[in-house]
Amino acid sequence: MAKITFIGADGTRYEVEAENGSTVMENAIRTGVPGIEAECGGACACATCHVYVGEEWRSAVGEPAPMEEDMLDFAYDVRPGSRLSCQIRVTDDLNGLTVTVPDRQA
Amino acid sequence: MTSNFAETDVVIVGAGPCALFAVFELGLLDLKCHLIDILDRPGGQCAELYPEKPIYDIPGWPIISGQGLVDKLTEQIRPFGAEYHFGEMVTELERTDGGFRVRTDGNTTIACKVVVIAAGGGSFQPKRPPIPGIEAYEGKSVFYSVRRMEDFRGHDLLVVGGGDSALDWTLNLQPLARKLTLVHRRPDFRAAPDSVNKMYAMQEMRQLEFEVGQVTGLIGSDGMLQAALIKGPRGEVEVPCTRMLPFFGLTMKLGPVAHWGLNLHEELIAVDTERFETSEPGIYAIGDINRYPGKLKLILSGFHEAALMSQAAKRVVHPNQRIVFQYTTSSTSLQKKLGVA
Repeated sequence: MAKITFIGADGTRYEVEAENGSTVMENAIRTGVPGIEAECGGACACATCHVYVGEEWRSAVGEPAPMEEDMLDFAYDVRPGSRLSCQIRVTDDLNGLTVTVPDRQA
Repeated sequence: MTSNFAETDVVIVGAGPCALFAVFELGLLDLKCHLIDILDRPGGQCAELYPEKPIYDIPGWPIISGQGLVDKLTEQIRPFGAEYHFGEMVTELERTDGGFRVRTDGNTTIACKVVVIAAGGGSFQPKRPPIPGIEAYEGKSVFYSVRRMEDFRGHDLLVVGGGDSALDWTLNLQPLARKLTLVHRRPDFRAAPDSVNKMYAMQEMRQLEFEVGQVTGLIGSDGMLQAALIKGPRGEVEVPCTRMLPFFGLTMKLGPVAHWGLNLHEELIAVDTERFETSEPGIYAIGDINRYPGKLKLILSGFHEAALMSQAAKRVVHPNQRIVFQYTTSSTSLQKKLGVA
């Protein structure tokens, strides 16, 4: 289990308890975090579950795989730390992870 | 633009898997269909979002790719000779004496007795990149598609993006452009390797420029572009350009369906579960775009919805015909329709 905090585009904080093995996107959808759309349902095919991972968490979360990096080309306002939340799997190591939701997904 | 007029039994808005299977179920009941889709080929999300990704929950197919399923469905419905209108979006739906009149942005008008909305997540529309003030240039000097290549002749062109559309248009428009600059946020591309190699070869020969970076601002007036600001490894640079083509993929928007007077619930169309009819008689909605208690957004649910909707549509189109329920395994008349008897 890990506690994950989503910071909405308006600054609102959403804290969720996430099970190991689930994806960060699934936890956002399950708890209704606004701004995470996940149009393709987690297939790494649409870039609408885009989040920003803060610098302090980047090494724990890891780098995007090539397929995700390709998909990020189609995300809105890509910055350092941009990730697709459907491609981040929850582990105990991510307890306390904070991600920011962009203004828009597309 | 030429205008087309057609008459049919059923117009299906969308050409995704549920729309395709609806052609089959309607066809068994002798109903003819026209399908209209904004994409340039059948398959909807299966073809556009995940053609190569495996699907595991299609009954009878332990694993099948998105494109594989679309190919099988188009093969399955071939006997019914549905007509496709690709690259067009339905913009207007008007009720007439005997049914409906459907109009598209491609100047097609179709008169029909039944309308089936199988539009999935809505219509695919180009994504707008996060550049402040870009709206003012859209349709004047910023375009999300190339309708006529000639419109770009002699221009200083800026193509933005790293997918096949960006690469293909870079290669196709380079000979026409006065100068062409491709901008992408990284030196790797998600495009056919052959196109990428060609682009780099042309860069080598100074036939085009490739900038790594992101467009952060536009300079111009009255919608006419003069230059773009590009932020990359060498800081922010100003690149003169008179036309820009951003290619950031597609996103789904409900679009004109929202204005057809149907009962909507969170961008979904409310239907009953016996006929999958909307709040407007004669207009049905199947697949991901509908909503009813217990709805699951699964392709298999859409197939079931297509079968039940077809029974209801039959009663609208041929109110005096008795529907005899038959199986394709044993009915000679159904097998004749399928061309196998």
